[in-house]
Amino acid sequence: MSMAMFIQHLFNALTLGSLYALIAIGYTMVYGILRLINFAHGEIFMLGAYFVFWGVTLLHLPWFLAVIVAIAVTSLTGVLVDRVAYRPLRDAPRISALISSIGVSFFLQNLAIVVFSAIPREVQRPGWLVDIIVVGKVRILPLTLVVPVLSFLLMLGLLFIVYKTKPGLGMRAISKDIETSRLMGVPVNRIIALTFGIGSALAAASGIMWALRYPQLQPVMGVIPGFKAFIAAVFGGIGSIQGAVLGGLILGIMEIMIVAFLPTLAGYRDAFAFVLLIIILLVKPTGLLGEKLEDKV
Amino acid sequence: MEDKRKRNLILNGLLVGAFALFLFWAQVNLDGYKIQIMNLIAVNIILALSLNLIYGFAGMFSLGHAGFMAIGAYTCALLIMPPLQKQALFILEPAMWPFSVMHAPFLVAVILAGLMAALAGILIGLPVLRLGGDYLGIATLGFAEIIRVLANNLPRMTNGALGFKGIPDYANIWWNYGWCFITLVIVVRLVNSNYGNALKAIRDDEVAARAMGINTFRYRLTAFAIGSFFAGVGGALLGSLLTTIDPKMFLFLLTFNVLMIVVAGGLGSITGTIIAGVIITVLLEWLRIVENPITIGEFYIPGIPGMRMVVFSLALLFIILFRRQGIMGRKEITWDTVFALFRKRGVEK
Repeated sequence: MSMAMFIQHLFNALTLGSLYALIAIGYTMVYGILRLINFAHGEIFMLGAYFVFWGVTLLHLPWFLAVIVAIAVTSLTGVLVDRVAYRPLRDAPRISALISSIGVSFFLQNLAIVVFSAIPREVQRPGWLVDIIVVGKVRILPLTLVVPVLSFLLMLGLLFIVYKTKPGLGMRAISKDIETSRLMGVPVNRIIALTFGIGSALAAASGIMWALRYPQLQPVMGVIPGFKAFIAAVFGGIGSIQGAVLGGLILGIMEIMIVAFLPTLAGYRDAFAFVLLIIILLVKPTGLLGEKLEDKV
Repeated sequence: MEDKRKRNLILNGLLVGAFALFLFWAQVNLDGYKIQIMNLIAVNIILALSLNLIYGFAGMFSLGHAGFMAIGAYTCALLIMPPLQKQALFILEPAMWPFSVMHAPFLVAVILAGLMAALAGILIGLPVLRLGGDYLGIATLGFAEIIRVLANNLPRMTNGALGFKGIPDYANIWWNYGWCFITLVIVVRLVNSNYGNALKAIRDDEVAARAMGINTFRYRLTAFAIGSFFAGVGGALLGSLLTTIDPKMFLFLLTFNVLMIVVAGGLGSITGTIIAGVIITVLLEWLRIVENPITIGEFYIPGIPGMRMVVFSLALLFIILFRRQGIMGRKEITWDTVFALFRKRGVEK
C-alpha cells in the first residue's frame, strides 16, 4: 500500500472514529449515571440526520440554521424519551428500563418508517464539503477534515461542561452516588434530563455528519452505528467520557484499517465490533479507562 | 396429596386429548391462513418458553435468541432438503461437503438442529455467563449478530444473502404442537424439580445460592443450553413452516418479538407465556391489517408501512411502564386455582 493511500485511509478512519466517539459519549454518560444501556440512542442519531434534511429540503432553511434547529429538536426528543420511558422506572429493576429502551428504539425506528417512509433518501451535499482536495498524491475529501475537527471542538465543549460548570459537577456527583447526591441537594431529575439532552445533541451532530459522509438516510441507519458506538464505550471503559472518545477512535481506525489491509474480510466488517465486545467483556470488562465498578448485585 | 396428583394427571390427560380433538377439527375446518396462525402460535410458544426458562426462571437476560434460531433453522433446512435440490439452490457457490450431501428425516433434523443450537449455547455460555445483567444481554446480542454476519458470508454453507427457498414444508400442525407439548412438559418438569428450585434461588439471590453450596455456574449453563436447544428447535420448525430463510430474517427484531411474549406473559410464569404467546401472535397477524390498504365504500385508506411495529412497541412500553409483572406475574394457572375460583363463586351464590 502506498503512503498516499495510507494517509487517505487514515483520514477516513479518523472521521469514522470521531463519529463513533460522539455517539459513544451519549451511551457512556447515561450508563455512568443510570447504569442503563440506552438502546434508543441509535434512533436519536437517526432522527438528528432526518431533521436536518427535512429542514433544508422542506422548510428551505439555510444549512447552518437547519443544523442548529435539528440538534435542538433531537436533544429535546432525547429528554422527552427519558421523561416518558425511563424516569418512571428509576426504582424498578435495571433490566426493566433496558427493556423499555429497546421498546423505545423499535418505536422510534418504526415511527420513522411511518413518517419518513422506509425508502432510502439521497442526501444533497454542499459542494465545498465533497470537492476533493489534491495534495501531492493524496486525495482528500474535505469532509474528512471537517468532521474530526468539529467533533474535537464538540468534545472540548462537553469536557468544559462536565468539569467546569455546576451542572457538570452534579453529573459527576450523580454518577458516583445517586442517593447521596439527592440528599446533598443535587436536582437529580433535572441533571439526568440535561445529560440526555447533551448526549442526544452529540448523537444528532454525529448523525448529521454521518449522513454527509455516507449520503443516504434510512430509518434503520442508526442501528449498526449505535451498537458499534456502544461497544466503543464499553471498550474505552463505560462511564468515562475520555474512554468513549478513545474507544470510538480506536474502533473506527481498526474497522477502516482491517478492511483496507485485508479486503477479503470486508464482509465481516459488522462482526469485528461484536467479536471485540465479547473479548473485552471477558478480558477486561472495565475497559481501557474505566473505573472499577463494584459488583452491583 | 396423592389423590390430587392423580386428579391433575387425569385432568391434564383430558385437556391434551380435548386439544388434540380441537386440532383435528381445526385441520379439517379452518382455512390455510388460520392454520398458519395456529402454527405460528405453537412455534412462538416454544421460543417464548425457552426464553422464559433462560430469563424468567434462571434470571439470565439473554438477547441471543435470534442467533440460536438461525443455527437451528439452517441446520434443519440443510438436512431436510434433498441433495439434488441443494445443488440447484446454491447458485452463488456450490455447497461444501458435507452440507451438499447430508440428508435426514424431519424428526432427526429438528433434534440435530436443537443440539447444534445447544452446543452453540454452551460454547458462548462458557465465557459470557459469568457476566451479569445487562452485560450478558449485550454479549448474547453480539453473538446473535455474529451468527447473522457469518450466515451472510459463508455462501458455501448458507447460500449467503439469498438464503434458502423451497424448504420442504414438513412442519405441519402436528409436528409443531407435538414439539410445543414436549417443550412444555420438559420446561414444567424442570422448573418444578429440585433443579428448578436451585435455578430460582440463583435468580433471586446469586450470592446466597452460592453460599448454600449451589454450583451456580453449572446450573446456569445447563439452563442456558436447554433454552438454546428449544430455541434451535423453534428456529428449525419456523424455517420449515415458512419454507424460506435468509440472514435478514434473524435480525434483533426476532428476539424482540420473543422477549415481548415473555415479558407480557410474566417472567417466570409458564401459563402466562402460553396466554401471551397466543395473544401476541394473533395481535401481530391482525395488525397486518393496518399496513394493507383498505377500501371502505368509496374511501380508500392507504396502508401505512411500519404502523404494525409502532403499535406493537407501544404495547410493550405500556406493559413495562404500567404492568411490569405482565399478565400473570410469577403466578400460574393450575387446576387448584381453577377449582378455587369455582369454589369461591359457589360460596358467593
